[in-house]
Amino acid sequence: MSVTIGLLLALSFLVSLLALAFLIWAVTNRQMELHQGQAYTVFVPGEAGQADDATMAGDDPQALGPHHYDTARAGIDAVSRRPVLVLLASGIFWLVLGSVFGVMASLKLHWPDWLSAYGPLTFGRVRTLHLNMVAYGWLSLTGIGVAIWIAPRIFHTALRHPRLPILGAALWNIALAAGAAAIASGWTDGEEWLEIPWQIDILLAAAGACFVLPLLRTALNRNVGHIYVTGWYYLGALCWFPILFFIANLPGLHSGVQEATVNWWFAHNVLGLWLTPLGVGAAYYFIPKIIGKPIYSYSLSLLGFWALALFYSQVGIHHLIGGPVPTWVVTLSIVHSVMMFVPVIAVAVNQHVTVARNLWVFKASIPLRFISLGALMYTAASFQGSIEALRSVNTVTHFTQYTVGHAHLGAYGFVSFVLFGAVYHTLPRLTGRAWPWPRLIAAHFWLVVAGFAVYFASLTVGGVLQGLAMLDVTRPFADSVTLLKPYLEARSVGGILMTVGHLIFAIHFMAVIVRGRAPSSASDATDSPPDTVPATAA
Amino acid sequence: MNRVIPLGVLALAILAFATLLLVILPGIQIRTEPPTPGLEAYTAAESRGRDIYVSQGCVSCHSQQPRSLDQAPDAERGWGRASVASDYFYDQPHQLGTMRTGPDLQNVGARLPSRDWHLTHLYQPRAVFDWSIMPAYPYLFEIKDKAARGDVVVAMPGGYAPAGKVVVARSQALDLVAYLKSLDRTFPAPRAGVRDDGYSERGEPR
Repeated sequence: MSVTIGLLLALSFLVSLLALAFLIWAVTNRQMELHQGQAYTVFVPGEAGQADDATMAGDDPQALGPHHYDTARAGIDAVSRRPVLVLLASGIFWLVLGSVFGVMASLKLHWPDWLSAYGPLTFGRVRTLHLNMVAYGWLSLTGIGVAIWIAPRIFHTALRHPRLPILGAALWNIALAAGAAAIASGWTDGEEWLEIPWQIDILLAAAGACFVLPLLRTALNRNVGHIYVTGWYYLGALCWFPILFFIANLPGLHSGVQEATVNWWFAHNVLGLWLTPLGVGAAYYFIPKIIGKPIYSYSLSLLGFWALALFYSQVGIHHLIGGPVPTWVVTLSIVHSVMMFVPVIAVAVNQHVTVARNLWVFKASIPLRFISLGALMYTAASFQGSIEALRSVNTVTHFTQYTVGHAHLGAYGFVSFVLFGAVYHTLPRLTGRAWPWPRLIAAHFWLVVAGFAVYFASLTVGGVLQGLAMLDVTRPFADSVTLLKPYLEARSVGGILMTVGHLIFAIHFMAVIVRGRAPSSASDATDSPPDTVPATAA
Repeated sequence: MNRVIPLGVLALAILAFATLLLVILPGIQIRTEPPTPGLEAYTAAESRGRDIYVSQGCVSCHSQQPRSLDQAPDAERGWGRASVASDYFYDQPHQLGTMRTGPDLQNVGARLPSRDWHLTHLYQPRAVFDWSIMPAYPYLFEIKDKAARGDVVVAMPGGYAPAGKVVVARSQALDLVAYLKSLDRTFPAPRAGVRDDGYSERGEPR
């Protein structure tokens, strides 16, 4: 048996290396016909070279020169306007609710008798509600909303079936609310990331189809030969997530340790093949778009994409290191976790160099600051994850709060920051209205940056100390609990700051939407070009 | 990268390959193992108790997978021998867990076999350990003026008992304790049991 398994392991590694070699060959020989000129797909002719940001500081945006207002693109944006608004609003709703549950869970870890009289508010359920609301509500819905806004722009054609995503958002919201109610009442499938009962998952799957179909049809009917890099990530994610979701949720099929391997194959692919493509894809669009210059090396982005697909899809079992699973599959996942350096460095070179060469935009534009800080935290989270998967490191950090800090560096520091920036950038263009209180954008930025710094630092330090205490047999288990207390309290402070930032964000978003309802400004959307909005003090 | 269909096909092929290696092959290897000798199926009460364990989200803080002594002193803490895949034969959904805010529970039934201890601890963990941050589960219990016949009265140390009343365990609490007491995998592991032996010095299982 072990020979067979060793051969399989070697096979997997060989296939990955061969594919990578093929890719490099294909890129160098222009088999993929990828050239830097195609990186201009994100721009309307004549648009490249100018910073593009409605919230940016400056004496007068008009002074930047006659601003292009492309009627064709306006036509494209107008079609996707409604579905995108519905999706963003839904996502932000779940962000606020999910944050409240996150703070509750955090407080309960150092105030264990707070609200303990009610089953729905017990720690185990509140924590689960937080995870499901932010992962499947905020990150997924907002990510899809941003994708629906970007995709028609890079495909140079209007969104097909624009009503379907609205139906999808409604179904998804109903399903998620039902799932949350089920978890709160104790009805759960009982595996991390898969708690929502499979009966409700059917509704989620139907909602998902309402997003996939329009995006695929738009891609197939595009008016541009080339698919921009963002499109690869989105198309990949749209192929991967439905399959993952379907296999992992099949009722009655999985059991015992075999179920655990499915569980972590799924859960890590939710991050790697769903949330990461949504975040990286958006960053690949917005960074060059806001700066007004194409990304640094377009062919490198190809390597980044395929290496992500190859390596990220096999890292899941590093969640079961030292557990009752076959040694070979653990080792396989560790090897691929380390190989993740390849795609991450490819993306990092592309995105960070583009920003570093145009630092003045980074200083002037808060949306870009959110997005490129998010991209930086993608690099950091991925490097950290690769190191964390090493057996020696994992022995300390596994089973501790360190992992929670790492998870938030990825899902919050990276994906959420990119989505914050994306919403700040797109909403003025969607509605034709400026953000009414620019100072609130800065307040949101600094609250979540400070809050998250406290959050991450305290859990990282606390987690390592917790892990070392548990490994030292001369110290009682109680030590690992008591030493954590100040770090858990600091985490609550960080979490509260972040949540205040989210509330400001939500109120600001509401203000833009509600102002549109007022009859006095009803004509704004059609009268004023979306790029000419008042300057802001960042 | 100018075609949608080839891109999708290649993306799906990569995922299929990953699924083969991470789901199908380990699944075949694990599923061919018979249950560890000595492991028994859960009784009806234990099974109901397991459902309570799952629905309360106990897995958020408790793992059920002691590591080997080559890696960590789990066994010396009394959490039991390194577990193997066949120890989980009857578990659905699995509750291996990824967090140890609290101790590992794979062998809690062997380590803490007293029903009354568990009932007191579930009603108010801080009545047993003042440092504990485990949630209290008062809603699994009833506060009564006087215990009726057949009621299981929970002994509470001074200060934690409601004045002049008695704490009686509901059936959910009794089932949950039945499940916790059933967590006893102290029987020996099969020599060729499936587990991650990556920490073993000679690469030999145990």
